[in-house]
Amino acid sequence: MSENNGKHLIDVKDLSVHFPIYTGAIFKRKVGDVKAVDGVSFHILSGETLGLVGESGCGKTTTGHAILRLHELTGGQILFNGEDISAYGGSQMRVLRRGMQIIYQDPFSSLNPRMTVLDIVGEPIAVHKMSRNPKDYQDQVAELLQVVGLNPSMSSRYPHEFSGGQRQRIGIARALAVKPSLIVCDEPVSALDVSIQAQIINLLEDLQEKFGLTYLFIAHDLAVVRHISNRIAVMYLGSIVEIADRLDLYHNPQHPYTRALLSAVPIPNPTLDAQRKQLMLEGEVPSPVNPPPGCKFHPRCPEAKPFCAEQIPVLKDTGHRNHWTACHRSGE
Amino acid sequence: MSEKLLEIRDLHTYFWTENGWVKAVNGVSFDLWKGETLGIVGESGCGKSVTALSILRLIPNPPGRILKGEIIFEGRDLLQLSDEEMLRVRGNRISMVFQEPMTSLNPVLTVGRQVGEPLELHRGASIKGALRVAIELLKKTRIPAAENRATDYPHQFSGGMRQRAMIAMGLGCEPGLIIADEPTTALDVTVQAQLLDLMKSLTRDLSASLMIITHNLGVVARYADRVNVMYAGKIVETGTAHDIYEDTRHPYTLGLMASVPKIDQDVKAKLVPIEGQPPDLAHLPEGCSFYPRCTFAVEKCSKEVPPLETVGGIHQKACWIDVRK
Repeated sequence: MSENNGKHLIDVKDLSVHFPIYTGAIFKRKVGDVKAVDGVSFHILSGETLGLVGESGCGKTTTGHAILRLHELTGGQILFNGEDISAYGGSQMRVLRRGMQIIYQDPFSSLNPRMTVLDIVGEPIAVHKMSRNPKDYQDQVAELLQVVGLNPSMSSRYPHEFSGGQRQRIGIARALAVKPSLIVCDEPVSALDVSIQAQIINLLEDLQEKFGLTYLFIAHDLAVVRHISNRIAVMYLGSIVEIADRLDLYHNPQHPYTRALLSAVPIPNPTLDAQRKQLMLEGEVPSPVNPPPGCKFHPRCPEAKPFCAEQIPVLKDTGHRNHWTACHRSGE
Repeated sequence: MSEKLLEIRDLHTYFWTENGWVKAVNGVSFDLWKGETLGIVGESGCGKSVTALSILRLIPNPPGRILKGEIIFEGRDLLQLSDEEMLRVRGNRISMVFQEPMTSLNPVLTVGRQVGEPLELHRGASIKGALRVAIELLKKTRIPAAENRATDYPHQFSGGMRQRAMIAMGLGCEPGLIIADEPTTALDVTVQAQLLDLMKSLTRDLSASLMIITHNLGVVARYADRVNVMYAGKIVETGTAHDIYEDTRHPYTLGLMASVPKIDQDVKAKLVPIEGQPPDLAHLPEGCSFYPRCTFAVEKCSKEVPPLETVGGIHQKACWIDVRK
């Protein structure tokens, strides 16, 4: 893990992404919003890995996409290298995306089946006009394939000729092609078998060390996130409920949701697992169209008090090593 | 845990493809005791789901065929039953909970009707009578306002609720065996924990046996009494959950454990992946199927197939090497 100098590569301030819901076939009326991301603030230090965890529908992927400006922002600011990019237009973003890339979850649908590996990995190089001549283009692709552990002689093959793990390597090579500083990893190992997962996680760690990359690592698997991240942010229904160093979050979780999430993950050792405290949550995540008032977690929270349904908690510093949590009852 | 409920002997299920016979299940034998929870773990293509589908004789033929073996359930060999007799076993004595709660429910029937359907089929219940029991079952699986929800259609249910309805459907005829094929893989962790706890307690109430098929080593550690680890169509290690996790004897099981990040591990140690890819099931290597990826392999491994050998109690492994050395 490369050392960082405390420089913020990404600053997200009060980010909101709402998706409007329309009704009616001809005269469309707006009837509401899916509040996918609702007032999220965090930063990512240069060279670190920030893990973003939460259950489906919590807005973690939307947050990742919003940073790359793949969604229109409803509100808030995104600073990349100190530069406010929230109002950038298409051409400005195109230049900027050389610095930020994404790796997708599904290695089957994220690669065009009609393109060869050479064209898939080389496309960003062509788009950003980064090669001097066809020979240089091929050399760059060959080097990228080597870096991700694929044989450059495979570059004339099509995606269907590769296994899931190999395809994910192709996706990583494509992201690396423009030498970005930030890579948003959107559930990069969730679709892979466990033994292959480890290969890809190790590869991502090696690449980070080699190229000084910064990762926003989005996943629902807490064990994976804890393994790869320096800091972890936990999201619930469009808001960050807790953000802390990886060890702090695990040993000293402040938010009841984080505690429940951690205890829901069984560990592969029956003796140790039986010794852990079990905290079972009732119900399911409510709809982000009508999130509960006050603290969005209060209907499921085992520690909720009446005032939790009234006031929205804000992220507060717990006063302990950059550990922030959004719970009315923290510090009690 | 005294009576044997299910006994599988030397099961071979192959699929015919252009490349030859794909040996999805290649000589699997195991027992299941009454009231026990058995976990079957392995990666995709290891034959765990095909084993389950073979028990219910749901292998599409062609291309699939159960070439040989015996599946003795409650004293009868299921492979010798006629199709009509088999219909009376499925959903009645053995029920299955599938992975995808989105696609395994019928979208044009109400949830209550579907949950009651096994009772109509196997117990001759009327539609109304079946619906009454279905509501009771939905209550048991803790679906709130079950009376009202029973008239809903599956799309009005969330993923976790649909899986609860699937479990309710599986319990209707009080089966002796419930097979859950990746029951919670599509669900969120907090919902996953709820459902597995529920399934375990409901099967215990029925004193039925539960077979959980999963790739998640943690799920097996928490919920299974006994574990079968499968690789390339064979059981490579079997034993109690404690045997498998704390006294691991097969290099593949060791490899699996080393390749998953552990949530209770503070030190940032590198993961140790199993190098290479699982073998092509149509062209299995000679000898042990795992030897090309095995770090312990010796010459013998490439020539002779290791049999399952007892290492103590019910703990068995199929490996020529003693990994403790």
